[in-house]
Amino acid sequence: MSGSTRLAGTLPGNAASRVRTADRIGDRLLHGLCMLAALLAVLALGAIAYKVVDGASPAISRFGLGFLTHSTWKPNPPFEVFGAAALVYGTAVTSFVALLLSVPLAISIALYLSMVAPRRVRSVIGPLVEMLAAIPSVILGFWGILVFGPFLQAHLEPFLHSVLGFLPIFGATPTTGSGLFNASLILTIMVVPIIASISRDLFLSVPRELQEGAAALGATRWEVVRGVVLPSSASGVAAAACLGLGRALGEAIAVTQVIGAGNLIHASLFQTGDTLASRIADQFQGATTRLQIASLFYLGLILLVIGLLANIAAQWIGRRFDVTVAAQ
Amino acid sequence: MSDPFGRPPETTDLPDPAVQLMTEEPEAMGPPATDLPDFSGPLTPSGHLRRRQLISRLAEVGQTTAALLAVAVLGIVVYSVAERGASVLSLGFLTKDPPLLAGSAGGGIAPAIVGTAVIMALATAIAMPIGILTALYLTEFAGRWSGRAFRLILDLLNGLPTIVVGLFVFGLLVVGHHQSGFAGSFALAIIMLPLIARATQEVLLLVPVGLREAADALGVSHWRTVRGVVLPTARGGILTATVLAVARGAGETAPLILLSSIFANTVSANPFGQALPNIPVYIFTASESAEANGFSRAWGAAFVLLVFILLASIVGRTLSRRSTLSR
Repeated sequence: MSGSTRLAGTLPGNAASRVRTADRIGDRLLHGLCMLAALLAVLALGAIAYKVVDGASPAISRFGLGFLTHSTWKPNPPFEVFGAAALVYGTAVTSFVALLLSVPLAISIALYLSMVAPRRVRSVIGPLVEMLAAIPSVILGFWGILVFGPFLQAHLEPFLHSVLGFLPIFGATPTTGSGLFNASLILTIMVVPIIASISRDLFLSVPRELQEGAAALGATRWEVVRGVVLPSSASGVAAAACLGLGRALGEAIAVTQVIGAGNLIHASLFQTGDTLASRIADQFQGATTRLQIASLFYLGLILLVIGLLANIAAQWIGRRFDVTVAAQ
Repeated sequence: MSDPFGRPPETTDLPDPAVQLMTEEPEAMGPPATDLPDFSGPLTPSGHLRRRQLISRLAEVGQTTAALLAVAVLGIVVYSVAERGASVLSLGFLTKDPPLLAGSAGGGIAPAIVGTAVIMALATAIAMPIGILTALYLTEFAGRWSGRAFRLILDLLNGLPTIVVGLFVFGLLVVGHHQSGFAGSFALAIIMLPLIARATQEVLLLVPVGLREAADALGVSHWRTVRGVVLPTARGGILTATVLAVARGAGETAPLILLSSIFANTVSANPFGQALPNIPVYIFTASESAEANGFSRAWGAAFVLLVFILLASIVGRTLSRRSTLSR
């Protein structure tokens, strides 16, 4: 291992001083290189923020913050009006629904993996759940259009519509299978493994004595979970949910494929919509005018800000309550 | 029901809480201690306790169902892709160019496979050394405060929407020039960098302090210790980190849509010329145009990509299990 490193002191004078000089230079060089690399990461983040603001600046100076509140999106030259309200709405709705579905699911999976499943089952199902996160979003989206969408259209959406149709979110008659509902479910599939694997690690780190103490007092397994495991890891789970939210907000490809690219704000989940990220992925290639590209950069800027906020929130919650975020 | 002492049933509902507790205890702790004399009555839960146990059972059933649901979704997705993709797959599919018209049948995805390989190789070549050096900085040189700050930055970089990274590289390299495979590699490198750096850092922290101290005691200089002791010890973990980052980067589509999406469908391995064809964009484009033949080629491409990624993550996982240093 350290065969190449020789003890400087045992060498004859001349060679020893040469080794020492080499060592000094080597140490400096290593320190410098490492620092440079670490600074590159910082630089990357700064440069990303700068470039995105820079690219968006024509749209910012043209529309200002009103960009966020009106929803006209007419890229063709005589109009050239851009507003992101419908996209903000689409992003909020799909992420919210995805989080609403995935948090309980992911916590359940994490509880199963940390408390219920026998050890051997655990070591099979745990990696499988994590593998769900490895499926590329483009494949998930492709599956979402061609397999999942038709299924939703034929079975799940009509069912929800007939049973819960009095709720506005299930109000519209299902049409194509593409839309906010499909996008939310695909996002759920992407977010669940993230939250589940972090939560599992958190649950496993809850001190054994606390759980056994509760069990010794007669608590059932569920009461141990509700009274000990969940309260002592709640902040970590919340941080995990924030990370999942960040992922859902920023997902572009799969959402573009299944959301159906509409620009109207609908109450019903069965109708089409668009999110900030999906609009960029959808229109960037075809964007012709400078203002349209700038507007797409503006969308990117909004994404950057909310993505950073979600991640900072995750860090803050995780650190504030002194629970290590086990994921990263 | 299973009263070991065959007591008459009238002793069942004794209101004494202490007795309640005694009957509960064995239920929570495992098999009842049958060798102790029991004065209370049947060891079957009743009333309130039965409800609590029912709730606990139901919760377990719910948790199991959730886990099975996740595995089922994985199975369904992989099966859908395999079923539709495997029928397209052939040697010709892997080695031929796609047909000139997207709607016609036959042809293959060779340019996309080569392009993805080139883009990924270049991205890894950029991200891996920088990632490892960053990790070294965090473990070897950074102080408490600066280490924390750099870790935060890396985590934020990791959490950025990938399409924003694409926008950045578009503004940096593509505006005023043209799309290129290199621009794609650059964006993927930014996405892979925090993954490699953070995972490598975790492994470096696991290098036994004793080894380091032994090197110090021998008067070995810092950089020689790093080169001769720290990095070789952590080699397995670093490899795992890289493989997993490659698995993540290979499927990344959003930045490539902006950076390497307008391409000729012929095999090219030059990342610095025009845009390179690549599998993710190929699937995305096919999915946006409703052509049945395009769909079937896209299923094939999805199958190839999925097999690569799942294999890479399995290999990464096995490596990390085998290397003694990672958990």
